[in-house]
Amino acid sequence: MIDQFQQLGHAVLKILANLGRGHIFFLRIVANIPGILLRPYLIIAQIYSVGVLSLSLIIVSGLFVGMVLGLQGYNTLVNFGATESLGAVVSLSLVRELGPVLTSLLFAGRAGSALTAEIGLMKATEQLSGMEMMAVNPLKRVVTPRLLGGMISMPLLAAIFSAVGIFGGYLVVVQLLGVDAGAYWSQMQDKTDLIDDILNGVIKSIVFGIVVTWIAVFQGYDCTPTSEGVSRATTRTVVHSSLATLALDFVLTALMFNQV
Amino acid sequence: MTEKHNQEPLIKIRGLSFARDERWIFDNIDMDMQRGKITAIMGPSGTGKTTLLRLIGGQLIPDAGTIEVDGLQVPNLGINALYSLRKRMGMLFQSGALLTDLNVFENVAFPLREHTKLPESIIHNLVLMKLQAVGLRGARELMPSELSGGMARRVALARALVFDPMMIMYDEPFTGQDPISMGVLVQLIKSINQALGLTSIIVSHDVPETASIADYIYVISNGKIVGSGTPDELNTSKSAWLQQFLNGESDGPVPFHYPAPDYVQDLLGRAK
Ligand SMILES: Nc1ncnc2c1ncn2[C@@H]1O[C@H](COP(=O)(O)OP(=O)(O)O)[C@@H](O)[C@H]1O
Ligand SMILES: [Mg+2]
Repeated sequence: MIDQFQQLGHAVLKILANLGRGHIFFLRIVANIPGILLRPYLIIAQIYSVGVLSLSLIIVSGLFVGMVLGLQGYNTLVNFGATESLGAVVSLSLVRELGPVLTSLLFAGRAGSALTAEIGLMKATEQLSGMEMMAVNPLKRVVTPRLLGGMISMPLLAAIFSAVGIFGGYLVVVQLLGVDAGAYWSQMQDKTDLIDDILNGVIKSIVFGIVVTWIAVFQGYDCTPTSEGVSRATTRTVVHSSLATLALDFVLTALMFNQV
Repeated sequence: MTEKHNQEPLIKIRGLSFARDERWIFDNIDMDMQRGKITAIMGPSGTGKTTLLRLIGGQLIPDAGTIEVDGLQVPNLGINALYSLRKRMGMLFQSGALLTDLNVFENVAFPLREHTKLPESIIHNLVLMKLQAVGLRGARELMPSELSGGMARRVALARALVFDPMMIMYDEPFTGQDPISMGVLVQLIKSINQALGLTSIIVSHDVPETASIADYIYVISNGKIVGSGTPDELNTSKSAWLQQFLNGESDGPVPFHYPAPDYVQDLLGRAK
């Protein structure tokens, strides 16, 4: 009994210690941001490897998600004769929820795990220590540009995801199922509000971008510098950032779209 | 350099103690590393040789004792002072620690690009001079993954030399090398030490190679210095442990067998 209490206490303390280290780590990165902004090519290189290389995944996924939304929405709305509002259904679902959330989940799997593995391997092969001994701060030179790259890429990817998804919905709803194109586009434009929908979606994707990239670089920087350590850290990145995305999505949705 | 400068050791370690997970890696040790000389630290794997280099480089803080490098107390230095000291220290990691996403040229140029605003033509010349010194000027376009282990270490050496440091620390430079690249590295370390008047610290368990170029050797084991002296002095030492280590005998004061119950009893299944 006492043993179990001890184990529980130990586990809780470990989680708290991890959280603490994660936050200190974040603050130390933030302190390095001004210095790295003076070297924009470091950030641009990361936007390329984190963002541009995720583009094809995001575009293909967005297309399919939009197509499914169109199809499912049609099957429901056709009973009420309300298929003209499909444009609004597809765009609101994407802009408010599915765009930011699914992009974040895909981003965690594609870019987050790669970031963790990259930084973890740099640690395991003594590249980070080597930089320190060359009087170069790896937090500033390696980690900060990656965090910024992820933070900048994620909202852009989410926007592309939503846009492509709306186009995918158009393909299915208008081209395949024969709903009027004018109705689809005008409903979409009419019902999607710049502040309430688009801005809130963008805020979500910015928050997710920060959190997912932060988890990814922290797990890489904090991992045990062995091959098992790196692979475990990579798994943790995907699990933690997916959970964080879904949980934060609930919190943000409750704050933003609260009608009560 | 003044006469006093020549006699004062570059690195002075006094009463150094360092623990990891409640195990003493170093237990109150003293060491001196003379300017312009090659000092070797030898000892079995896992005794803390790499840890010692990290302590000297200020990456770890000792639990007790002082580490003085060129008159500066390393553990007390602020981050800026520590970084400016590190620019005068080169360190060669066991794996080379080359940046895997940069080619050989850019790896050697990395410290220059990070710390200076030198024009490209000067960087170009400096890098080629250092690569020439390690015999790899022709390999400048290769990526680290295309280099053999010995070449990677030579590139790392060129990178460590790019700021003309006062000292270089080598972590296991000979481990896992074929005889030819081993010979190349031994010669390179010796000739660079002489040509540039560097202070060199070699951490190694490759006894004959290290002894062939070291001016002074410390042997550490279990947190203590178990022997020190010139290679000749150590060779004639009476310590059985030292003789076993230096001659690579499989059994002796360090037993071949990990502690185990009696063999016969164990086979009969009676041992606990
Ligand atoms: N980051 C670390 N955390 C905990 N223990 C470590 C760490 N690094 C090294 N050690 C332990 O410290 C001891 C000395 O390690 P090291 O200096 O690498 O030995 P050597 O270089 O002589 O082989 C080893 O027992 C190792 O297990
Ligand atoms: Mg070692």
